[in-house]
Amino acid sequence: MASTEIAVDIENVVKRYGPVTALHGVSLDIRANEFFTLLGPSGCGKTTLLRCIAGFEDITEGAIRLDGEDIGPLPPHRRPVNTVFQHYALFPHMSVTENVMFGLLRLGWTASDAERRASQVLGLVQLSDFAARRPGQLSGGQQQRVALARALAPRPKVLLLDEPLSALDLKLRQAVRVELKALQRETGIAFVFVTHDQEEALTMSDRIAVMSEGHVQQIGTPREIYEAPLNRFVADFIGETNLLDVTVQAVNGGTAHLTLPGGHAFTCPAAAVASAGQGHLSVRPERIALCAPGAGDLDVRVEDQVYLGTDIQLRTRVADGEAMVVRIQNAEVTQIPETGASVGLKIEAGAARLLAD
Amino acid sequence: MAGAAPDGAGASRSEIYRGNGFRLMLPVWAFIGIFLLLPVVLMGVYSFLTKEFRGGVTWDFTLAAYDQFFFDRGLFGDEPPKIEWTYIGIFWRSIWQAGLATLMCLLIGFPTAWFIATRAPRARSAWLFLVTIPYWVNLLIRTVSMKFLIRDNGPLNEFLLWTGAISEPLSLVNTNFAVQLGLFYSYLPFMVLPIYAAVERYDFALSEAAADLYAGAWTTLRLVILPVVKPGIVAGSILVFVPSLGAFLAPDLLGGAKTFMIGSLIEEQFKGSAGNWPFGAAASMILLTIVMGVLLIYARNQTKGGR
Repeated sequence: MASTEIAVDIENVVKRYGPVTALHGVSLDIRANEFFTLLGPSGCGKTTLLRCIAGFEDITEGAIRLDGEDIGPLPPHRRPVNTVFQHYALFPHMSVTENVMFGLLRLGWTASDAERRASQVLGLVQLSDFAARRPGQLSGGQQQRVALARALAPRPKVLLLDEPLSALDLKLRQAVRVELKALQRETGIAFVFVTHDQEEALTMSDRIAVMSEGHVQQIGTPREIYEAPLNRFVADFIGETNLLDVTVQAVNGGTAHLTLPGGHAFTCPAAAVASAGQGHLSVRPERIALCAPGAGDLDVRVEDQVYLGTDIQLRTRVADGEAMVVRIQNAEVTQIPETGASVGLKIEAGAARLLAD
Repeated sequence: MAGAAPDGAGASRSEIYRGNGFRLMLPVWAFIGIFLLLPVVLMGVYSFLTKEFRGGVTWDFTLAAYDQFFFDRGLFGDEPPKIEWTYIGIFWRSIWQAGLATLMCLLIGFPTAWFIATRAPRARSAWLFLVTIPYWVNLLIRTVSMKFLIRDNGPLNEFLLWTGAISEPLSLVNTNFAVQLGLFYSYLPFMVLPIYAAVERYDFALSEAAADLYAGAWTTLRLVILPVVKPGIVAGSILVFVPSLGAFLAPDLLGGAKTFMIGSLIEEQFKGSAGNWPFGAAASMILLTIVMGVLLIYARNQTKGGR
């Protein structure tokens, strides 16, 4: 889907507010036509980076290029990018159509051309019937679509979205995710989407940049990020995982020989990022199978079962105190071990990751 | 049974309010009646009474006061009526003066309010306090002080002479400019405070959205900021315009005879033996009608625009 042509080239961008550094030399490329997500907890610098691209913040060091052109010196109103704001920032004194026409008129379109384009874009977001209303007369979801239409109308080279779904309720959010992704495919515009919601990021993105404390931790497809996290932060932030502090004795042929802090030694198949020494073992709860004690990689005692509907979560503990969470599918054949029972855990081949930090 | 209890409670509660609606509103109606409606009604009644020789009135109905305002019937009242321009002229000049004062207050008040509203929250109250400090001093004293400041050998002229900007003192007292200055200084906070309240509520993301949609600073001000904070601007303008229109201290003390305004005209009718109460009341009623008319037109437009 995504071509390899680069729309936004962010090179070593540093942003400082006085003594505080919000971005520590961030570098990444956003390709034309791709749905790119900046994901991270609040305060990680993702919104700052978005505002630097939009031009609302000046960068302290580095360069931001749009189609090869350095846009660093340009004020926001001269950058061919548009933003969907977190709380939409619709002009309350204008109708929906006037809101959508605003950018077009500033670009010198004639009123009739702008009106035609506005009704076309409003059709795209299914708001044609509301064109004459004021933003105050619309629901949150409708306002969000007006904001989207307003930002798409001038056909920006890049569309920036600053947590646009955070103000919607859960049901609506899930529906809008699908629509947003479809809209991105339809328009072929590069979307840069900021969110702290990893589920949103995983379901919509072509590629994700995981950020923390002003650094990019990992860039990759949702699958790469989820299944092959590069470090402890990414493994922990994306989805649920079991993180065990381990001492790596040796890694050979995809099998790691590990020791837990309590001295319990075991081997498991592991894709290694770390070599011998201290490390962390990350295993997703759904990639662990139950087996008879002694037959798996680790023996544990079941402490608690949590019924989740489609899944059942087992909270277990290794003999010397390490907690392990296992998720098993809720099928008819599933036998749920009782509390206190001793079971073996078999880690799927390729599912465990050894991480250096 | 269980379901009926809350229903019954709800009904009896609304019964309480329904039965006592008038009685509970009584203090409000009394206040509005005694302090707002009664004075206007009294003024209206007096404007139709006959003038007593030394101020005061006799209870004989006449339109003489309004006739005197609009028509000139010669010295002995026996000539065919012509339009009397004296008072209409005073009204027109007053409206013009008050309008200019409002514009000056707006030009200075808007940036001031903007500046204060964009400071850190804690600094804002300090700035607002500074704006109101002059108003702890009586209006009369402030107006007289203004006269001292701008008179021929006052500090302003002395300073300008000292800098060499002028070679002889500017005579500012008894000019329209002096009246303007007085009105501006008297009513500036009434412009600053409502605009401040509007700007403080203004969502600065709107300015970012405008910039994002290719609007420069002036376009953003014209198309987004001003329309959104317009209620504050209108409130401030009304609060400056209306008292400026009826002001008599600044025109009396700073303007002299040439810049006679409505306020002074009305004031004179109720003062001393030269007074004419019905005429003063009629002039007040005409002023009230003009102001109410302007406000009604504005309110009508507002509700249309809000749709």
